[in-house]
Amino acid sequence: MKIKVMYFAVLREQAKKSDEILEISFTNPRDIYNYLKRKYNFSLEISELKVAVNDCYEDFDIELKEMDSLVFIPPVAGG
Amino acid sequence: MFEISIDSIEEYKSKSLLTPDCGAVVTFEGRVRNHNEGQCVDSLEYEVYKTLAEKEGEKILQNAKVKFHIINAFCIHRIGHLQIGDLAVWIGVTSKHRREAFKACEFIINSVKEAVPIWKKENYCDKSIESKWVYCQEDYH
Repeated sequence: MKIKVMYFAVLREQAKKSDEILEISFTNPRDIYNYLKRKYNFSLEISELKVAVNDCYEDFDIELKEMDSLVFIPPVAGG
Repeated sequence: MFEISIDSIEEYKSKSLLTPDCGAVVTFEGRVRNHNEGQCVDSLEYEVYKTLAEKEGEKILQNAKVKFHIINAFCIHRIGHLQIGDLAVWIGVTSKHRREAFKACEFIINSVKEAVPIWKKENYCDKSIESKWVYCQEDYH
């Protein structure tokens, strides 16, 4: 399955890219983050993140569909 | 309305929010300060996930309207590289009476800091200290 992943802030710096298309067998954000954490050595634990699918906050265990867009959201700091 | 801007937001004034039934206007300006947690800060870099930020920001303003019965609410957040003293966020709230506007304005800035996907990186005066992404703390400064 193909999933579009966008990276922001600390995750963008650690992945050294802003986005990519992943071709993977994992079907939920939790498994995908665990895979990416190993791949890019992400410093943030899953418990520190939120996740957005197709520009909406979602649960880490939601079932993804082909070409969904996925964003792992580090702790925010607006203001 | 909630907006994100790469350009300066210094020109924002409450006048555009005024309606004949409004008796109170409360505005908030969040500016870049020169220190944080004991470190001398040189500048800040803001980054945004724009689509979700606009959506969540709009939700916060609508919630504030319902919760505090205010007349109007507007928030604009700057992104990009900001210098000390620059305006990072501007909020304007109008209501019939002052109490609702004060409460709504505080609710909006607290909610923006908590829920809108905006991040900031601190660059320090001491260049031997590595720039760092900072997170908002539970207690509101």
